[in-house]
Amino acid sequence: MYDYNDFDRDFVARRVAQFRAQVARRIDGSLTEEEFRPLRLMNGLYLQLHAYMLRVAIPYGTLNSAQMRQLAMIAERWDRGYGHFTTRQNIQFNWPRLVDVPDILDALAEVGLHAIQTSGNTIRNVTADPFAGAAADEIADPRPVAELIRQWSTDHPEFQFLPRKFKIAVTGSPADRAVTAAHDIGLRIIERDGARHYQVLIGGGLGRAPMIGKVLHEALPEADLLPYLEAVVGTWNLLGRRDNKYKARIKITVHEQGIDRIRTLVQEEFERIRPDFPGFDRQILAQIEHHFAPPRFARKSVVAYEAARAADPVFRAWADTNLTEHRDPDHAIVTVSLKKHGAIPGDATAAQMRLLADLAKAHGHDELRITQSQNVVLPHVHKADLPAIHAVLRGAGLATANIGLASDIIACPGLDYCALATARSIPVAQGIARAIEALKIEHEVGALEIKISGCINACGHHHVGHIGILGLERGGVETYQVTLGGDAGPDAALGDRTGPGFAYDQIVPAIERLILAYLDLRAHAEERFVDAYRRLGADPFKAALYGAAEKADAA
Amino acid sequence: MPRPFTPKVVAANALIEGDAVWLTADDDWTRDITKAELVEDEAHAALRMLFADSQADKVVGPYLADARPGPTGPAPAHFREAYRVSGPSVLAAPKEHEL
Repeated sequence: MYDYNDFDRDFVARRVAQFRAQVARRIDGSLTEEEFRPLRLMNGLYLQLHAYMLRVAIPYGTLNSAQMRQLAMIAERWDRGYGHFTTRQNIQFNWPRLVDVPDILDALAEVGLHAIQTSGNTIRNVTADPFAGAAADEIADPRPVAELIRQWSTDHPEFQFLPRKFKIAVTGSPADRAVTAAHDIGLRIIERDGARHYQVLIGGGLGRAPMIGKVLHEALPEADLLPYLEAVVGTWNLLGRRDNKYKARIKITVHEQGIDRIRTLVQEEFERIRPDFPGFDRQILAQIEHHFAPPRFARKSVVAYEAARAADPVFRAWADTNLTEHRDPDHAIVTVSLKKHGAIPGDATAAQMRLLADLAKAHGHDELRITQSQNVVLPHVHKADLPAIHAVLRGAGLATANIGLASDIIACPGLDYCALATARSIPVAQGIARAIEALKIEHEVGALEIKISGCINACGHHHVGHIGILGLERGGVETYQVTLGGDAGPDAALGDRTGPGFAYDQIVPAIERLILAYLDLRAHAEERFVDAYRRLGADPFKAALYGAAEKADAA
Repeated sequence: MPRPFTPKVVAANALIEGDAVWLTADDDWTRDITKAELVEDEAHAALRMLFADSQADKVVGPYLADARPGPTGPAPAHFREAYRVSGPSVLAAPKEHEL
């Protein structure tokens, strides 16, 4: 893992001191809210419906146990004893007081964390594959380059006042667990002629004008990455629509100008600035790579794991859904579900955070990850340790065997917290998870990604859900639109809207009908929901959604 | 024809805690919407917003929210404001400093 050097420590400490003075000046009246607002947003502090919200960056979703423990301490000391992990691998505290935020930022700085550029029109926290450095299907660990991008983009003087926010994601695996096609820039590490390259996607994004990213460069040589990124952001910084914030994201720039023209402009800018990158960035990357050397994997028998699988069906069910193949055959990647049926997706209590930190310290090479699906990962666990880990997780309500299944739902905070939301998300997710649990069909249904957003900004990624749900206000009540057939993976796709929305008390039964219909429609047990949808088209699924309502109207 | 004015309350968030607050008739801020002033006249609403805008040392982001008379005082007219009154529908834990 990357450890802060003196430069990082000094930079973050000075920023906290600045913000402490800014808060004091806001409270004593020297700064108006209009003056203070951009300053607090630069430091990740929002004002939501009921309270301030502090968004803390977890760079590329990687944490060590000391950092997780500090998040638990902050949750207990200055918040309400829990935190909310987000689809951008961040954590949000929902109840801090303004006067306490500088102390919280100091506590974060103690463990090498900060909230800088988690808001505002800047380059946001760089995200990456949560299985980075561990997955069997990985070409290369994306975290060193993600850390390089973090250092390059943090306080970058040219990119502090961009037309709009800017999000970068990196994957080192063709499986693409980082949703790179839904980012302003998506980087995919590939091999070409025996050397590492990047496939560069730009202009992806969800929100009110959802777009799948387009390929800007098929195979960018590794050494050219930073100047090329600077050329992309610099080109958009000049072209981006500052006259209309709804047209300011790079996806609109690409849409309006065309990917070929953007490619030409970026290439010209790249050639102009390339001499400014004589290799210092490469030296820094080489230093960073030392921090991400693979851990020394233990060699011991996996007999205990095999025995537990054979003897304990609960353990076996969990192992079948929550483990992913590790690069070392005696190890496994453990995804810990924060989606116990009826729980708030992504929420973890301070006690749960400490327990996960303890497990990482004892059995996981001191590493934790946050996933884009709002779960927590222990990336390097020896299979012999899995039965013990499972037992501990069970005792803390963290052993739900549902990763990738219908109740592993992404939900944004929605109108329970968010000032932008138009409808609630969390109780819809809870209702669907409880309904699935009551029917006892989750494992029979198999892989199914349900994603819920409480407004058009799409923090809940509903466009790329196999089933997407968008909460809106229509006629003074909460209404939920359904999209089907979205895909967040390497062949990312936007879902199709099915038709009229459902009232709050109708959306959970509608989704239940949809899932039950799929069980009847699928060709065989291995055909996933989204594959059945692609094969059959929307009609039979629409019949399941709307048929019952039409009959009810006729009755 | 201009749309008829519907009753309003002046809503905001408290500067320090961020709590949902509403303006009372005696120029104070309350966390209980039923104690807020129900503004039934457009010209008076403009005056109350002017006052609210001068309260930057106490509140953030004042705005006019639709409200209706309730049995014990003003009640929210829209579900968004109702969630500001009730807090998150999924959690009932009080803030630590309120314990």
